Amino acid sequence: MTATTAAPVVTARPKAPLFGKAEVKAIKDPLWDNNPIALQVLGICSALAVTTRVDKAIVMGLGVTLVTALSNVMISCIRNLIPNKIRIIVQLVVVSSVVIVFDQFLRAYMYDLSKQLSVFVGLIITNCIVMGRLEAYAMSNPPWRSFLDGIGNGLGYMWILIVVGTIREILGSGTLLGFHVVPQALYDAGYVNNGLMVLAPGAFLLLGVIVWVQRSISGYSEKH
Amino acid sequence: MKFLRNGVEKLRKLYHAPGSRFHKLWPAFDAFETFLFAPSHTAPKHGPHVRDYVDLKRAMNTVIIAMLPCLLWAIWNTGQQHFLAWQGLVDAGKATHDAYVAGWLQSLLGMDSVSPGAPEYVAFGLQRMLPLLIVSYGVGLGIEVVFSILRKEEVSEGYLVSGMLIALIVPASIPLWQLAFGVAFAVVLGKEVFGGTGMNVFNPAMLVRAFLFFAFAAQMSGDAVWVAGNNASHLIDGFSSPTPLAIVKSNEVLDATAELAKHHSTADLFFGNVSGSAGEMSKFCVLLGAAWLLLSGIGSWRTMLGGVLGLVGSAFLLQLFLPAGFGGPATLMPFEHLLVGGFLFGIVFMATDPVSSPETVTGQWIYGALIGFVTILVRTVNPAYPEGTMLSILLLNAFAPTIDHFVVAANIRRRKVRLERQ
Repeated sequence: MTATTAAPVVTARPKAPLFGKAEVKAIKDPLWDNNPIALQVLGICSALAVTTRVDKAIVMGLGVTLVTALSNVMISCIRNLIPNKIRIIVQLVVVSSVVIVFDQFLRAYMYDLSKQLSVFVGLIITNCIVMGRLEAYAMSNPPWRSFLDGIGNGLGYMWILIVVGTIREILGSGTLLGFHVVPQALYDAGYVNNGLMVLAPGAFLLLGVIVWVQRSISGYSEKH
Repeated sequence: MKFLRNGVEKLRKLYHAPGSRFHKLWPAFDAFETFLFAPSHTAPKHGPHVRDYVDLKRAMNTVIIAMLPCLLWAIWNTGQQHFLAWQGLVDAGKATHDAYVAGWLQSLLGMDSVSPGAPEYVAFGLQRMLPLLIVSYGVGLGIEVVFSILRKEEVSEGYLVSGMLIALIVPASIPLWQLAFGVAFAVVLGKEVFGGTGMNVFNPAMLVRAFLFFAFAAQMSGDAVWVAGNNASHLIDGFSSPTPLAIVKSNEVLDATAELAKHHSTADLFFGNVSGSAGEMSKFCVLLGAAWLLLSGIGSWRTMLGGVLGLVGSAFLLQLFLPAGFGGPATLMPFEHLLVGGFLFGIVFMATDPVSSPETVTGQWIYGALIGFVTILVRTVNPAYPEGTMLSILLLNAFAPTIDHFVVAANIRRRKVRLERQ
């Protein structure tokens, strides 16, 4: 079923360029102008929880990118078949399948990280970014564009996580990706790690600053 | 003074008119000029006149005068505690006077530790307190001036009070770089992002303390940090002294009043011959400041009285409902909660901050009483923190607009009912 309905959508527009205006917009918009964290303020819970270290932030970002992109494609393929009343349930089933695959993959190949990320991998299912993109984009756009949109939103989420994670890890633990970056001489001179950065409020403050900087540069302001 | 005035007038040309050479820096010049001279505004001949022109500058100066006793005591007692601690170590045979390392001011004045008296106390106190004040004012005002220039606004006097408060509510041993970090954090994220003086949700000085408390817990809490020293981390090697609240914090202390009396007499607690954060130790000096604030009408007596009643009242009520065997600070006599910790300082100088406290008269009562209540909760029920003044004031800062909202709504409802009855 999936393949037969998806096929006409793809073949119906053979002349559409692979990276036309809409496609570029789908992938570029969420990186900056319509960033899921800085502008839509979605996915904050995991952004606070997994950004104490950069490696956790990267894996989490990759996970969300993968899940958003793949479930976007799948939902987009069957979007004309889903009865409107039960669409959320269908979306949830698709998202959770992808999340479980990702979770199993982590357990198989990155056991330590999987342990540290603990429930937050499973909680990607409830990440508003994933559901939001399915509802807002995949339900009304063809698979290829939905795929790019998923990649874009995942990367938009990921870069902010990485920025927050980098600052938190350097200030909070003096390391970056596990390597000591703050020189011992500085510690000898009286420097100490910033305990606030290890706590969730530290991430909140950093996110706030990022939203502030991002909106000042992009010129976005809320309509009152 | 004439030549100074002339000089400023000459410089003024370079800044004032739009398009003049340094016009971008006008707010900085303006701040400097109003610091040197009173503005020459005069009342017009006709029209409505204000009876008393209390502008921000005068209000802030009044608060600074109110804090002077605390600052002076901070300088004195920082030195006193330092030499008491050192003498204690010498008597215990853990240190010798030969091993004493003098700080910069002490070396300059050629002072040692053998028989310290008033000059030695003051010299050591100045040696620690002056850098704190300079860093606090320097960093904070620097950021304020930069933001004012960027926003093309006047530099406001609001920070003059915060700057001194900050130096008084941290341990005198705090490393200066940490203080600078905390001040930068609080002024940028606690004040400027909201729009500067008068727009902040939280008391900026309290934010500095909260930031330092959570970011650098080892330098802000524990037993070792309350007495300043001269070594690299501004401590005295091998010396620690718990604050009065830490002494009674353990749940095994079943009679906190007796336990406290073993260490400090009531008079010492009241006059501040104990170790603690730089400025809050002497309740006597705080009360002098409170009297001045109340006489001048700058501080809200409702907030202060509400806070004291809330603190003593909830401590009293808590004792009635506590299960048997519950120890710790809950077993202090209710009024003793005023004598230990920084509550009195907080409620007099920080809770009364007109920006972050409620505007309505009833709201100030509620706000003060709740600060007292939450302080008691943190002190007695929370197992981790000995003191709760900072957390309770910040919490109630966040609720101040809500309190105002409900007081105003209740007032409107009451008048509506009265109107309908007529």
